[in-house]
Amino acid sequence: MKTMVNVALPKGRLGEKVYDYFKKAGFECPSIEETNRKLIFENPEKGVRYFWVKPSDVAIYVERGAADIGVAGKDILLEYEPDVYELLDLNIGKCRMAVAAKKDFRDPKGTTLRVATKFANIAGNFYAEKCRDIDIIKLNGSIEIAPILGLSDVIVDIVETGTTLKENDLEVVETIVPISARLIANKSGYKFKNEEILAIRKGLEEQVRIRG
Amino acid sequence: MTTDDKIIKNDERAIFALRALYRQYGYSQFKMSRFEEYDLYVKNKDFLLSDEVITFTDRSGKLMALKPDVTLSIIKNSVDREGEIQKVYYNENVYRVAKGTHSFKEIMQAGLECVGDLHSYDIAEVVLLAVKSLALISKKYVLDISHMGLVAAILEESGLSHDGKAQAHACLHQKNTHELREICNAEGIADEETEKLCALVECFGSAGKVLSSISPLLTTDKEREAFTEFENLCKIIEMSGFAKAVRVDFSVGNDMKYYSGVVFKGYIEGIPASILSGGQYDRLLKKMGRKSGAIGFALYLDLLERMATTEESYDIDTVLLHDANADTLLLTQAADKLSKKGSVLISTNVPEQVKWRRLMRFSDDGRIETLEDNG
Repeated sequence: MKTMVNVALPKGRLGEKVYDYFKKAGFECPSIEETNRKLIFENPEKGVRYFWVKPSDVAIYVERGAADIGVAGKDILLEYEPDVYELLDLNIGKCRMAVAAKKDFRDPKGTTLRVATKFANIAGNFYAEKCRDIDIIKLNGSIEIAPILGLSDVIVDIVETGTTLKENDLEVVETIVPISARLIANKSGYKFKNEEILAIRKGLEEQVRIRG
Repeated sequence: MTTDDKIIKNDERAIFALRALYRQYGYSQFKMSRFEEYDLYVKNKDFLLSDEVITFTDRSGKLMALKPDVTLSIIKNSVDREGEIQKVYYNENVYRVAKGTHSFKEIMQAGLECVGDLHSYDIAEVVLLAVKSLALISKKYVLDISHMGLVAAILEESGLSHDGKAQAHACLHQKNTHELREICNAEGIADEETEKLCALVECFGSAGKVLSSISPLLTTDKEREAFTEFENLCKIIEMSGFAKAVRVDFSVGNDMKYYSGVVFKGYIEGIPASILSGGQYDRLLKKMGRKSGAIGFALYLDLLERMATTEESYDIDTVLLHDANADTLLLTQAADKLSKKGSVLISTNVPEQVKWRRLMRFSDDGRIETLEDNG
């Protein structure tokens, strides 16, 4: 019997794009394209088993070995720092992690900077490197509203096109790091399903190259 | 499956087998107290896997800690003497914060340390004992090995800045070539050096294959010296018959501050994280003002819970119900008889929360009738 590689895909638009890469790379799974309520899809012939999970959970599934490989945004990898291998940059789902503030913002250098964010670890590391004293305000959504209501001075969040910022009179002050989707692998799975994982990586690498 | 197999858990079995193995090679047991002075851990905070330690003040006012690590205590209790080697093994519980949580966890850890005037034999012995430890636990295992001296020499030669080197090493640890290239590009590193670093990430597998592809890339004496040391060790592993189970992988080891020579990590199929971790950590001793060298490893036995075991379908084979006025002697005899065929629970009521195979009733005249049999 062929060794099955368990693949965690991020639910949503990015996940569909990612599956398309897998499909074109020769690891298709027809049942995934049917409309149904199944959670796990497998193609024993190709040795792959896919499942959809919440994008921010992909790294957990992979780190804990429920999935051998998965695709997660660099933002998640930087925030949770899972102990996994990062095998490939898929060059999709591109955006950036940035500091944003109201248009007329001037850094209040003499005081503690109030930073609202979903990404407390990324924000903390970024300002620690600058030796800037900050107060992190952890929010779970609608981050943009924080500086408008005076909850924070700045926000650290993902910026894709910048439209939401613009419509709310906010702008990017500084880019922290570019973000894109990455292929990650469980360290133990990588040892015992090495050939299979490397074959998938090679197929995906080819897709990244073709699509430039 | 024998009765013993049913009773003894994976981690308990492993402890016995490992103890026998380490004693065979002249290691003696190191038994330590649960507590150690907090001072020891503060001075070497980075060496610990997590820097959070449970502390309390003892009656003399000293700040104590529940041990988060065993290695530091072993080092503290060893002495520097020319030509002398101390070899100890241990199995101890340590207390650490589990990753991603805020709560402490008790972790059962076994391992060994070899401290003193190290000969290349001692290094080979410890690496081979690491492989043999894994072999005792499972048939499907892999030991990844790397050499920090070689990795450090190649990074040194690359021309990267201090920060660049640290970032490049983090990429190596994650097998991340795409970001490694970006770092080299940003610092204007020569293509040749970039490719050399990327080769370290890409090369993975049997020692023969990896070392022959790395060898032509080396240029400096420092690189060659570390390479030769590593190559000799790999030859010994091969000649000891473990070539298939040991793979060279330069992503092992992410702390250059303490580790100087060979570093390794062991994996067992079915367990998602590395179960064994170790290496030569001369730098830690140097930092503590010591002259000795040291090499050792730890096995995280709590991970063995994750290993597949045959799950028992029932908690108890037989539940024997009796009335409150049943004859004690007759009941004792019935229990003895039934216990020969499997586990038996004597009870007046049908127990809740217990899954039984057979439910029987003991009647006043000593007869036993079956009420339910689940096969």
